[in-house]
Amino acid sequence: MLPTPTTSHVPYTLVYEPAEDSFLLLDTLSSPASTNFHTTHFPPSSPPPLILEIGPGSGVVLAFLTAHPTALFSRPDILTLGIDINSFACASTAQTVRLATAQHPSSSSTTGTFLSAAQNDLTSCLRKNQVDVLVFNPPYVPTEDLPLLPESLRQQKEPGAKVTFEEESKLLELSYAGGKDGMETTDRVIDSLGEVLSERGIAYLLLCAGNKPEEVKERIRGMGNAGEGRRWMAETVGTSGRQAGWEKLQIVRIWRE
Amino acid sequence: MKLLTLNFLTCAVKSCKSSSDSFPLHPKDAELASDDVEVNPELLVNLLPRLDWKALKTTSTELGFPQLPDSPPTVEELQADEKLLRDLHSLLMETNLMEGKLVCGVCGHEYAVREGIPNFLLPSHLV
Repeated sequence: MLPTPTTSHVPYTLVYEPAEDSFLLLDTLSSPASTNFHTTHFPPSSPPPLILEIGPGSGVVLAFLTAHPTALFSRPDILTLGIDINSFACASTAQTVRLATAQHPSSSSTTGTFLSAAQNDLTSCLRKNQVDVLVFNPPYVPTEDLPLLPESLRQQKEPGAKVTFEEESKLLELSYAGGKDGMETTDRVIDSLGEVLSERGIAYLLLCAGNKPEEVKERIRGMGNAGEGRRWMAETVGTSGRQAGWEKLQIVRIWRE
Repeated sequence: MKLLTLNFLTCAVKSCKSSSDSFPLHPKDAELASDDVEVNPELLVNLLPRLDWKALKTTSTELGFPQLPDSPPTVEELQADEKLLRDLHSLLMETNLMEGKLVCGVCGHEYAVREGIPNFLLPSHLV
């Protein structure tokens, strides 16, 4: 089993702590079914895949991907990028990736290339159709309202500046609260897939039972923007196991065929 | 952030995207730092087809790096050109933008970069 990146440096009052959902992503991304899919989908002779995680939080998943490209993609030359609305999560992600990749002796040939963590609300800062693997563990909990990032957190705080209790609670709320059906943010990402993913691009999306995953997959398969003669595929490729007959969490893989 | 990131980023303002001048973003007041990374020619050769060469040349020139050729080398040319391999390696793999701004060539908006993290959140009147 591949080691889980250490995140003990992450300030959990400001950044989502790795939990069952994060670990389900690690298990699913490293399952033989996934790694076989990656190997045939991104053959070693093809250009290096660009991997984007939206909302990496602590960075545990992105660091895992960056540290183990050969095991997960059968090639060392992957590029990784994180985008999070929370500047503390961006800093945590960069540090988690640094630590996870530093454990390897000759880093450039065995670990992937980490490009950056960027602060943004989803993918508006990316050129079209560049992302080959998108990973998203969204704020999926159904809530009455969708929280807004406080104005005071739109810029990085000065070093040593205090974070108020209200700001802390807002950051954590942003990491889980998904609005109606827990899908308001996820729907924005789904709608953008045609513009964000490359022709060979795939996405891993985590859903909870409250998101109505069967309906979500149907909607994705019906999207009309896959390109000439192609269609969207959406399949469940990992689950947290059944509880009372239904899966609590699942990972859906989305791609064009 | 590695300078290679600039090859994938554009202005976050919706109306700028239709103009080719929104890419690449232009570094301003840039403070750079260099990581010591082992040269990996295979990685650079693989990367070649997915680079926007014109944008890379712009970034390289603006930051005072050695002049890149006008058009991208072929795989064979790159493999045979040790100096170009080293220049590309230093530019793409070793150099990080730590502090400064990234400026859009269309709207002029300046995105701050602090401690290596660019911030693309827009003020509310630009969203």
